[in-house]
Amino acid sequence: MLLVNSLNDLKQWKKNVLKRKKYTMTLVVCAGTSCLSSESDLIIAMLKNAIEKNQLDAEIQVKPVGCLRFCGIGPLIVIEPDQTTYMKVTLKDVDDIVKLHLIQGEVVERLLYRGDNDELISTITEIPFYKKQRRIALKNVGLIDPRDIDEYIAHDGYLALGKSILSSTPEAVIDTLKQSGLRGRGGGGFPTGLKWAYTAAVKSNEKYVICNADEGDPGAFMDRSIIEGDPHALIEAMTLAGYAIGADQGYVYIRAEYAISIEPLELALKTSKEHGFLGKNILGSDFSFNIDIKLGAGAFVCGEETALIRSMEGHRGEPDKKPPFPSESGFRGKPSVVNNVETFVNVPVIIREGAAWFSSIGTDNSKGTKVFALAGNIKNIGLVEVPMGTTFREIVYDVGGGHPNGKKIKGVQIGGPSGGVITEDYFDTPIDYDSLTAIGAMMGSGGMIVMDEDNDMVEIAKFYLDFTQEESCGKCTPCRIGTKRMYEILERLVNMEGDPKDLERLETLGINIKNASLCGLGQTAPNPVLSTMQFFREEYEAYAYRTKRTTYAVDAKKCIGCTKCARVCPVQCIEGKVREVHRVIESDCIACGACYEACPVDAIIKP
Amino acid sequence: MIPNILDSKSLDKDLLRKLSDYINGLEGDKQEQLIHVLHKAQELFGYLPYNLQLFVARKLDLSGAKVNGVVTFYSFFNEEPTGKYTVSVCMGTACFVKGAEKVLNRILNSLSTEKNKITEDGLFTVKDVRCIGACGLAPIVTVNEKVYGNVTVGDVEKILEKYRGDRVVSE
Amino acid sequence: MKLLSKMVNCTINNKSINVEAGTTVLEAAKKVGIHIPTLCHLDLHDVGVVNQNANCRICLVENESRGNLIPSCAEKVTDGMVIQTDSIKAVMARRTSLELILSNHPKDCLTCVKNLDCELQSLASEMNIKEIRYQGEMMNHPKDFTSPAIEKDSNKCIMCRRCVTMCDEVQTVGILSPLNRGFDVVVATAFHLDFNDTSCTYCGQCVSVCPTAALAEKTSTPSIWRRLNDPQKHVVVQIAPAVRVALAEEFGYEPGHISTGKIVSALKRIGFDAVFDTNFGADLTIIEEAHELIERIETGGHLPMLTSCCPAWVQFFEHQFPDLLDIPSSCKSPQQMVGAISKTYYAEKKGIDPKDIVMVSLMPCVAKKAEAARLEFTRDGYPDVDFVMTTREAAKMIKEAAIEFKQLKDQSFDDLMGESTGAAALFGTTGGVIEAACRTAYESITGKELKNVEFDELRGFDGVRKATIKIGDLDLSIGITHGLGNTRKLLEAIRRKEVKFDAIEIMACPGGCIGGGGQPYHHGNIDILKKRQQALYKIDRHAMIRKSHDNEMVQALYEHFLKEPGSDIAHRLLHTKYQPKERI
Ligand SMILES: Cc1cc2nc3c(=O)[nH]c(=O)nc-3n(C[C@H](O)[C@H](O)[C@H](O)COP(=O)(O)O)c2cc1C
Ligand code: SF4
Ligand code: SF4
Ligand code: SF4
Ligand code: SF4
Ligand code: SF4
Ligand code: SF4
Ligand code: SF4
Ligand code: FES
Ligand code: FES
Ligand code: FES
Repeated sequence: MLLVNSLNDLKQWKKNVLKRKKYTMTLVVCAGTSCLSSESDLIIAMLKNAIEKNQLDAEIQVKPVGCLRFCGIGPLIVIEPDQTTYMKVTLKDVDDIVKLHLIQGEVVERLLYRGDNDELISTITEIPFYKKQRRIALKNVGLIDPRDIDEYIAHDGYLALGKSILSSTPEAVIDTLKQSGLRGRGGGGFPTGLKWAYTAAVKSNEKYVICNADEGDPGAFMDRSIIEGDPHALIEAMTLAGYAIGADQGYVYIRAEYAISIEPLELALKTSKEHGFLGKNILGSDFSFNIDIKLGAGAFVCGEETALIRSMEGHRGEPDKKPPFPSESGFRGKPSVVNNVETFVNVPVIIREGAAWFSSIGTDNSKGTKVFALAGNIKNIGLVEVPMGTTFREIVYDVGGGHPNGKKIKGVQIGGPSGGVITEDYFDTPIDYDSLTAIGAMMGSGGMIVMDEDNDMVEIAKFYLDFTQEESCGKCTPCRIGTKRMYEILERLVNMEGDPKDLERLETLGINIKNASLCGLGQTAPNPVLSTMQFFREEYEAYAYRTKRTTYAVDAKKCIGCTKCARVCPVQCIEGKVREVHRVIESDCIACGACYEACPVDAIIKP
Repeated sequence: MIPNILDSKSLDKDLLRKLSDYINGLEGDKQEQLIHVLHKAQELFGYLPYNLQLFVARKLDLSGAKVNGVVTFYSFFNEEPTGKYTVSVCMGTACFVKGAEKVLNRILNSLSTEKNKITEDGLFTVKDVRCIGACGLAPIVTVNEKVYGNVTVGDVEKILEKYRGDRVVSE
Repeated sequence: MKLLSKMVNCTINNKSINVEAGTTVLEAAKKVGIHIPTLCHLDLHDVGVVNQNANCRICLVENESRGNLIPSCAEKVTDGMVIQTDSIKAVMARRTSLELILSNHPKDCLTCVKNLDCELQSLASEMNIKEIRYQGEMMNHPKDFTSPAIEKDSNKCIMCRRCVTMCDEVQTVGILSPLNRGFDVVVATAFHLDFNDTSCTYCGQCVSVCPTAALAEKTSTPSIWRRLNDPQKHVVVQIAPAVRVALAEEFGYEPGHISTGKIVSALKRIGFDAVFDTNFGADLTIIEEAHELIERIETGGHLPMLTSCCPAWVQFFEHQFPDLLDIPSSCKSPQQMVGAISKTYYAEKKGIDPKDIVMVSLMPCVAKKAEAARLEFTRDGYPDVDFVMTTREAAKMIKEAAIEFKQLKDQSFDDLMGESTGAAALFGTTGGVIEAACRTAYESITGKELKNVEFDELRGFDGVRKATIKIGDLDLSIGITHGLGNTRKLLEAIRRKEVKFDAIEIMACPGGCIGGGGQPYHHGNIDILKKRQQALYKIDRHAMIRKSHDNEMVQALYEHFLKEPGSDIAHRLLHTKYQPKERI
């Protein structure tokens, strides 16, 4: 095993990798979580098998990579070098890809992406989803084989680390970070350089670097994609942090639900240790650093840094009051830096490319890019990395492709359970920390869920409150009891048992919970309610004044009298003769929605 | 007198030995690694009955209340046995806005069960989970390790059928 | 030695104030006479414990420099901080927190044990809560009334966690923990076991700090009333040393007021047939214990010998140190001794059938209830002690009987077990038992008269104290601990054979019985305990007799009944054995 002992060793390694014999063709197959759940692992195995059988293995290589980001159309295969891109590949398609593309050199058209006007788009770079994106954090994700350290080295891996510890100083690393303007991507947006500087300044013989990979926002999967797709970048970044603050131990706190992400990370930890990027005397220097994994066990609040630390220490994951901040008293009471995965992986790039380069991207107070997990009722679902300052409209329409069925998009929920809804009126807001705060939303960690006109905003708010009240640690009064009470009020409203006073109660309670709660969870839990109340008050009022229809109905203008709805209704409450307009007997309707699904002409109106 | 529910004699001896070996082999502060130990215990036994929790408490020199406090805090730990198949419906936001709640209700109906309860035949436990990171395919249902994407109410029977009764096919 | 501390300057409600760095906003506000309500906060500085997890949010104030609310009980003053304690924002947030707590609280004050002595109730009154705007589901946990000493009604719990801090950090017994999360959080025993099935020591320290009635002593007063009204029964009562310096607090007296005579009077008015002094039992204990110690020293028996008069401590070592069961003294506690003697010697003298004697004891202690219920303390089918009431319960009984406590004339204890010494009074405070034992040991070992009976080196309030007492040419090395956490440290050192002592006194409660779980609530003011301690020293100073072996009634008991210390009959009645128990 090659032990890297100097910068030269590292450069030599890179050269060797680049010199290596090239395959004439490489099939880059997505092995990210989404695609794996559509059997991309089997596809990979079958491809390899077929290539071998046809004795093409000297020429053609199959390369599993992390998320290719356009998860909604996965499993994806990109064939290098011409970048032909196949989408929604199934096991049945493998034969065709091998026979037609690999052997006969023909493109399998039915697997190509189709543009808005049904035109075929054959290369990945031409697909609109990718066009406005700019990758820093996801630089290597979907590009390299995460299990092959050679590939990371070929992409300048560990160069930032090598340069820093062999020919620079901790202060210089921190200075570069400060100048770059990098802010925390975990939600708070705290300047990373400053955080490291604080921790570096505290005198202690024991310090820790902690990576927050708890990724609790339900509907976000950026961090897991990074860990799965580019684990060495995280290791390099954490080691740099150790060097900068004077720590010799790091931990990745990862949620237990991400069991499959842990495996590539463990492998990467092992290989990087074997090559001397981790462990004693890294790269021949006198700096030593180690990284271990700590498992969560299913608690959203453990994403909050003090709770995370409590959990790492083997306790209930209850947040502590701040101050003291972790930089002063963190894991085991020692100074600790806690950063998000995405924050970390920006660091090696910044060190390599320089602070000036990084700060040239983005807006005045928000530098670089931000990764979002775009999901919900949107055409293009996947990971989106865009420069700070990109507007919602660009993300929703240019990158996201708008609504899949052309329905009206009602708003975008950003920031998960802590965030708020942004309506069409605000779609031209540039996405950066300050602009978002100014309109009462927040960056959050990167969940971005698109809602359409069918989504009931009171139900959505109730969904979030249900989440927060279940995930509340229960330590402090306002959050423990208050979120429960808010949830109860919402439930009452939705069940048509509320009254107009409930709206007032929701508001005052919400504001006071925000003001009084101990940690960020409670301090932001009312946001989804308060923000939807601000923008969609009429929906709340419809419930509060009980003017909202709760049953399904037939749109007489559209109904063609096909009887399909009447046949599926489980309580037989739809009447009407063949070829005549049907009618829902509202008093009996149980709002199951079966008729809505059944109607061929969209003549059923939702409540 | 120690109440019956706490008597570790009824626990499988081989598994207990494995757990002991695991704990004995831990390096560093063992109490700090309680959560890892509980993961291991649950992996071995399938769930964490009271006597097993107390066993862990004693091995780590912690009080029973402390261990029980931790177990009941984290949703990943089960104090009740779970079915052979754990059917998890993702109720993350991406899945929710795409109708995951309906899917969940259909599954519960179809199995005539409640959330987190084991079905009478011992085959299924249905849970709701938060985002598992495959939002691209929302809504998501998993059965043990197997992930099903873009699940509609109509798919529920097809999925469950694979695991029911004698038709159980090994994965 | 105290380092020169940094001073910081801040402004609270427009008043500028200079305080030491590290002062909390709450403490700083207090210095300038500004009151901030609190609920979860509890600062027992002398015991070395502060419940400061800032969870109730009742003490929020506005930090104007940053525009946010901060918990004044936990947040420290920083230089230049500007605080407004009564801004609308702060007041509304505090009020909301309280309303939310109340929305999840049974509110049956009228029939609650804590009625008029409840911190939650006073707060509701102080904040003028007239309406609870947010109603909804309430906790519904089963109550635990199974233990002989403590009752738990989790539905009255406000999750302040004072009890957890007390049990974990001060007592290191770890019986209670928050379970579950979110709205379902409940502070409970492991697996919701009954207290009975846990290794709870019943020290009652959790009870003594609980702001509500979620934890309370199991009351015995209805049973006692029933016996008092039964003409068949001869109901006698004994009063523990620490009760007489605390009970008067319930009637508006200053802490440390000595009201022995009034208590005796009140109990007689209530209808007790005889009132005995547990101090008599304390003197008896000293004689038996000193005898045992001397015997152990002389015969090379197990040393150190540990005192055994505190039942919570006995529970503690049975559960937590089952390997050390042979080091505590085999003597029963004074309460049990008085009980045993009442149903034998006293019964015989008075010609009453022991089965008709009902022995009630008035104790500062919750654990005494569990002690009285121990099976080994029952002979021939009747227990040494039938009922135990705490100081608080006794005060309630007196009120219930409509006795004007302040108007009472002093009365004295009844014969046979009414006389006691200054030494016995010291049993109520940490260090007292060992001091009393030294007085007796000195004279019996040296055969000389002890001139200065006050052993200052044994007094004080530190959690762990060590002293060497010269008795003739014997250097007796003595250890004293109070609080079970301190005790654990000492026992672990003994187990590892790192320390060597001849005798050790242990009391489970901080301060000893003056800080017992059944005493009038101190509501966080530990100075009260010190005043009670001083009062005990005063009783000793003014006592006619100050050495246990000089107690004439005790001498008479030996002469007519027990023969000599350590005799067979003494062993049968006054000594016991310990059993190893499970740790949970
Ligand atoms: C309820 C709650 C949940 C959080 N969850 C996460 C999370 O899943 N991942 C994360 O990186 N930060 C999370 N945070 C933010 C962390 O507390 C912390 O600020 C962050 O890890 C700091 O890293 P950064 O500066 O790199 O953003 C959460 C905060 C709160 C209040
Ligand atoms: S705000 Fe909620 S999550 Fe945070 S400490 Fe309070 S109860 Fe726990
Ligand atoms: S929603 Fe369901 S119950 Fe109502 S009319 Fe349609 S099918 Fe019938
Ligand atoms: S299914 Fe639609 S079109 Fe057919 S009868 Fe019903 S409402 Fe009319
Ligand atoms: S605990 Fe206090 S507030 Fe609650 S019912 Fe009892 S007296 Fe009233
Ligand atoms: S009585 Fe003592 S040992 Fe028992 S729970 Fe309370 S504090 Fe803990
Ligand atoms: S039982 Fe009492 S002391 Fe313990 S948390 Fe509840 S209210 Fe606080
Ligand atoms: S110290 Fe006194 S009050 Fe406390 S448990 Fe022991 S005997 Fe009871
Ligand atoms: S997982 Fe394959 S594209 Fe995201
Ligand atoms: S929300 Fe269901 S997988 Fe992410
Ligand atoms: S008294 Fe300060 S938060 Fe409870």
